[in-house]
Amino acid sequence: MSMNIAEKILAAKSGKKHVEPGELIIADVDMVLANDITAPIAIREFKSSGATKVWDRTKIALVPDHFTPNKDIKSAEQAKILRDFAHEQKLTHYYDQGEVGIEHALLPEKGVVVPGDLVIGADSHTCTYGALGAFATGVGSTDAAFAMMTGKAWFKVPTSIKFVYKGKLNKWVSAKDLILYTIGDVGVDGALYKAMEFTGPVIDKMSMDGRLTMSNMAIEAGGKAGLINPDEITMEYIKGRAEHKWKVYTSDKDAKYEKVIEYDCAKIEPIVSCPSLPENTKAVSKLGKVVIDQSVIGSCTNGRMDDLRITAKIFKGRKVNSRVRCLIFPGTRDIYTQAMKEGLVDIFMKAGAVFSMPTCGPCLGGHMGILAKGEVAVSTTNRNFVGRMGSTESSVYLSSPAVAAASAILGRIGTPDDIKK
Amino acid sequence: MKFTGKVWKFGNDVDTDLIIPARYLNTSDPAELAKHCMEDADTTFAGKVQKGDIIVAGKNFGCGSSREHAPVAIKAAGVACVIAKDFARIFYRNSFNIGLPIFESEEASAKIAEGDVVEIDADKGVIKNNTKNETYTVKPIPPFMQELVAAGGLIAYGKTKFKIK
Ligand code: SF4
Repeated sequence: MSMNIAEKILAAKSGKKHVEPGELIIADVDMVLANDITAPIAIREFKSSGATKVWDRTKIALVPDHFTPNKDIKSAEQAKILRDFAHEQKLTHYYDQGEVGIEHALLPEKGVVVPGDLVIGADSHTCTYGALGAFATGVGSTDAAFAMMTGKAWFKVPTSIKFVYKGKLNKWVSAKDLILYTIGDVGVDGALYKAMEFTGPVIDKMSMDGRLTMSNMAIEAGGKAGLINPDEITMEYIKGRAEHKWKVYTSDKDAKYEKVIEYDCAKIEPIVSCPSLPENTKAVSKLGKVVIDQSVIGSCTNGRMDDLRITAKIFKGRKVNSRVRCLIFPGTRDIYTQAMKEGLVDIFMKAGAVFSMPTCGPCLGGHMGILAKGEVAVSTTNRNFVGRMGSTESSVYLSSPAVAAASAILGRIGTPDDIKK
Repeated sequence: MKFTGKVWKFGNDVDTDLIIPARYLNTSDPAELAKHCMEDADTTFAGKVQKGDIIVAGKNFGCGSSREHAPVAIKAAGVACVIAKDFARIFYRNSFNIGLPIFESEEASAKIAEGDVVEIDADKGVIKNNTKNETYTVKPIPPFMQELVAAGGLIAYGKTKFKIK
């Protein structure tokens, strides 16, 4: 019987030939992830249950990325719980300062998650790894604790929505614009409890960086996972990275979907999500004048090489507007190093931007770039909820790196084409 | 798994802030949380709910944050189970993980009224409304999930089922 990629992975990991949407299964996970916010609770649960040893010390990733380098005493205490546990359990995938990156940029880059994996993470953007053809989803702390003990997790097999992206991309339109457009179309609960599958000729040609951006934001449509069928681009990406065996699962031609939604990308312009919900999308051309105080480029959504390269291209020979603070956050150390090698950091510096070490930082209003009351930011991150980047009276517009970079120069939200005007 | 109890009825999109307001999240003590269960939806609820009572609600019950405190508060308040048209994803997971049985039934969600006494037979997948003398179907909970609830949640289940070193 035919199955789609989500069903195939869940069937394989639960030892079944076939699964149906709605079915509850218990499955073997390939990787469990937690960060410096969620791991301390999971570790507490783990310990209070009387467990003394993790199920497999090579399959637990602890990534202290949110409030590190430790922002204050409280976060230092949290990070210490992680550190102590990682050392005590001799975890092989613990990333301390000097190695740490933003979890969802780091794990694919290090080959810690590979196609066909089943991954759970105590972080909602765990869905990012769907770009590799892995089934990955965010869970609660008890789930993470349980998986640390047993290597297992339970799932309700989701129904799937297939998204088909066709047509020619307009100038300055990137993966980020496509996913914002999609969320604007289906709404923040449009894919609640469902797996989103991104397909079509535009996805087939999209770089892995772009694919990771799209899958990253599946959760902003309520999605449980955001999957892309592995292809040559996937294989090229995992070459030399994959640290364990992968398996390619792809959707059968006659696989069942709850819905198939087609988009003609030629109709999609550079877009922003206006405050304070990702579904409040508007084409930049129809936005009117929005003056900004801060431009943030980075995060697990857009902190990869594609994003830094386009930013540098726009910044080259130009200056950030004197009233704008432009903060650039690479996803990982390797991205940081590569950006230096390519001379991008030099361009950022000359333009007057800040180039930070990898951290979640301002994305969740944690540290390193908090907004004051009344301030406005354009940001390549993934959430623009009330108070997400600081004061509950500040506001965030979500955009692509190209729009965030152009806006930094303009001092208002615009596209690179607006700069010369 | 069988439950019989008196119903407290709630509407659509009851979010986790209504179930347990954020101002009480500085504790994770179930008894303390139970005192504020459903407080922002019905301030009198915690005082009047009896052990074994049942919550029936509309669509998207438990939407909002991923706080596990929400199902913990409901369970600790003595509620036997929750019936809704459907549940928000993380609330759904968290409920089973902490041992609170929940059931999805559009029919039951629409037809059951506050004060009705209902009987749920989870194995057969039926809900009997003793007050109205009606029967509704409910998606049966698979054996695994029943075990989870019977064990008292995911961690307790794991301890008996899997070798935890
Ligand atoms: S960068 Fe932002 S969205 Fe991504 S993991 Fe960090 S806080 Fe979460």
